[in-house]
Amino acid sequence: MSDEIISPRIYFKNFGALIVLLLLTIGAAYLDLGPLNFVLAMLISLTKTALIALFFMHIRWGGKMLHLAAGAGLLWLGILLALTLGDYISRGWLPVAQH
Amino acid sequence: MDSATDTVLAEQFDEIEQQHSADTLGMWIFLATEVMFFGGLFAGYAVYRFSFPHVFYAASHHLDVLAGAIDTAVLLCSSLTMAFAVRAVRLGQRWMSILLLGVTAVFGAGFLVIHGFEYHHEWTEHLVPGGSFAFEGADPHRAQMFFWLYFATTGLHSLHVLIGVALMLVLAVLVLLEKITAARFMTVEIAGLYWHFVDVVWVFLFPLYYLAGAR
Repeated sequence: MSDEIISPRIYFKNFGALIVLLLLTIGAAYLDLGPLNFVLAMLISLTKTALIALFFMHIRWGGKMLHLAAGAGLLWLGILLALTLGDYISRGWLPVAQH
Repeated sequence: MDSATDTVLAEQFDEIEQQHSADTLGMWIFLATEVMFFGGLFAGYAVYRFSFPHVFYAASHHLDVLAGAIDTAVLLCSSLTMAFAVRAVRLGQRWMSILLLGVTAVFGAGFLVIHGFEYHHEWTEHLVPGGSFAFEGADPHRAQMFFWLYFATTGLHSLHVLIGVALMLVLAVLVLLEKITAARFMTVEIAGLYWHFVDVVWVFLFPLYYLAGAR
């Protein structure tokens, strides 16, 4: 947390970028890109998250401890999703004896 | 150190900067637990979508993309007014702070009203899981699972918005009563972190639920 007061211009620019990304994500949903539709939607959402966290939530001006705490939440979410999906995705890969 | 910070500084801290970073860190750790709270529902979504993609797209097609887009825009606007509310409190602009906190609460309430209409529409379309559920298309049971996830996740999110709206109103009253002044802006900063987090959750809910079957 820094003690500088953030200029309104930064907030307005950030808001503008978020609205543009919202329109982009809606537009992208109507294109037929196969599996890339999902990847693109998530990339846009992650970008929006980064913008909100950096500028509205002031992570940009925060210390290392703050970056660690914010990163830890994402890392653990990543573990939750990776291990869960690792199971479901790989279930069909090996033949299993029928009971 | 001026007298204003003197009364604000808790005795366990050496200086106000240390207290501020402890406040912020505490809130971010709470937000990390919130990420895990919603994470379970997102993991459920991931497994379901991976296992039954086509039922999933068909079910998602029943959600109103326009309403979801307006929901998103309203929440993004509320994040902007929230950021300015924190700024106004820091600058000691009392009436501006109250106005901006009020506008943020109105945006939050507006979101809940739009969502209420969506829920009502889904109820009349028999898309609410349970006895009256009816789905025209293949695999109604799995489609019902999509709507379970949808109502659970958006319901939990709406509850967070409701708590946020109540929080904004309480803060506006505290600013009015001068219980929160520029020296105590941290209370509003922390509430702002919560508000922006709720916005971030919706940033993922919108493409995952509304846009998945948009085509």
